[in-house]
Amino acid sequence: MVLVLAETQKGEFKKAAFELVTYGKQTAEAMDSECVALVLGSATAPEQLGKYGASKVYHIADSALDEFDSQVYTAVVAEAAKQLGAEVVVVGHTSTGKSLLGRLAARLEAGSVPGVNRVPQVGDTFKVKKPVFSGKAFAHYEIKSDIKLLSLMGNSLQPQETGSEAEVATLDIEVPDSRVKVKEVKRMEGRTPLPEAELVVSAGRGMKGPEHWGIIEELAEKIGATTACSRPVADAEWRPHHEHVGQTGVAIRPNLYIAVGISGAIQHLAGVNSSKTIVVINKDPEAPFFKAADYGVVGDLFDVVPRLTKAVEDFKASN
Amino acid sequence: MKLLVCVSKTPETTAKIAFTNDNTEFDTSGVSFIMNPYDEWYALVRALELKEATGGDSKVTILNVGPSANDTVIRKGLAIGADEAVRVDAEPQSALYVAKQIAAHAKNNNYDAIFLGKETIDYNGSEVGAMVAELLDMPFISYASHLDMEGTTATVTRDIEGGHEIVEVQAPFVVSAAKGLAEQRIPNMRGIMMAKRKPLKVEEPVEAEDLAVAAQYELPPEKGDVKLVDPENMEELVRLLHEEAKAI
Repeated sequence: MVLVLAETQKGEFKKAAFELVTYGKQTAEAMDSECVALVLGSATAPEQLGKYGASKVYHIADSALDEFDSQVYTAVVAEAAKQLGAEVVVVGHTSTGKSLLGRLAARLEAGSVPGVNRVPQVGDTFKVKKPVFSGKAFAHYEIKSDIKLLSLMGNSLQPQETGSEAEVATLDIEVPDSRVKVKEVKRMEGRTPLPEAELVVSAGRGMKGPEHWGIIEELAEKIGATTACSRPVADAEWRPHHEHVGQTGVAIRPNLYIAVGISGAIQHLAGVNSSKTIVVINKDPEAPFFKAADYGVVGDLFDVVPRLTKAVEDFKASN
Repeated sequence: MKLLVCVSKTPETTAKIAFTNDNTEFDTSGVSFIMNPYDEWYALVRALELKEATGGDSKVTILNVGPSANDTVIRKGLAIGADEAVRVDAEPQSALYVAKQIAAHAKNNNYDAIFLGKETIDYNGSEVGAMVAELLDMPFISYASHLDMEGTTATVTRDIEGGHEIVEVQAPFVVSAAKGLAEQRIPNMRGIMMAKRKPLKVEEPVEAEDLAVAAQYELPPEKGDVKLVDPENMEELVRLLHEEAKAI
């Protein structure tokens, strides 16, 4: 059986949870098995996970699980995996899932592969593919233990509604005391955080200064995208550090990445080249980024970007 | 205060990525190696700052699991300011193998905190810290972008999707370092000279199985040629993004 840990944020499931269940279902099919979802802490309507392929949902509603502590979560998930006899456990490749996966591997003495983006190939062996070298290559991992652990990269597949609501049950698992005190949780409201964003508008040194970012914000708003930036821009404090995408910043794989005034240094490409479609806007036709782009616009960004914003606006108005 | 910083060796960020031996091994020819930036710039430097702030008999030890070829990277850590180094002599194939070596060393040495980078820039696994914490039954605070210590209590800012959380934890603990935890330090000549005289102890590995191994590699398919769009005609770009790329 494939057990997936469906995360919530303030008790609500987000798209990543539905992706995870869809992935769990597809993995279970490859194994001729079933997918079961595990939900920890308060959650609204866990039965909805059935629509994406969970044959059953186990919900441990203890409010102590509303705050994340990797040690507590590991104890609970490992115990659930044991009680249910899970062969594969999948978590999200998120700040939560990444903090859990290694702990689970150590606790269950199990092989783990973090950041997978394809359904495993199951036969005599269990093989699964993941990006390595910051997206510059892929590796096929083989897991040799009885229990297999995976974390799924966001935006790896589209959630698919295949079924109906699932039965929700609970498990008799004692939640241990936490040794970590969460004092404050702050999330920016409104925009989708970069690692989950499907559409990203990013800008670099070509912008000449932080005061010109209005045109980027406008384009992002019209498309419904999250804004990002290159490393020199974050280092110069033109933009906040959490917007920095690239090898030493956030690695992203949106459906659309629009790079404005970014030359495309290899370290930047490493963090974004898994994007499905890349648009590069740069006045220098020799900018290395054009080699990694699907669509290119050679021109002055201060003319091109407002024109693109207008075109998007007209398109949205007529559709 | 006794602090352990686990450091890893990675290809430098502009290295050409290629594979050899029927795509089963990373091709190291012509590749220069560096200390993993998250380990060096953030984890090590923050540990050094804490040591400097507490003074007394505080000590920073760096640990690497790898062959003797890694000694150059280890010496750099000593040049930046670590007091001593340990290398567990092994050719690691998996994260759990590495974590077991670190845990075995740490068990005998009672560190107050164990630092490492949030991930290595080659395998991007982000697993070893969590594994070490579990093996030692310690709390694990991942993606730390700020950390203060007062006595044995640490207050840590942890990066999460679209924000952060602030947590409090008692030593001993394991922490993984993200950007912002410290500022990169460049070793000076005195540091480089002193590093040569600092102790680098070699320890034998403990036995551990590799349960998940990279069996085969592949490079991403070559991108087709870029389709250039007239800068005067952004309606065409929107049309392509909608109809062809189905991105908007």
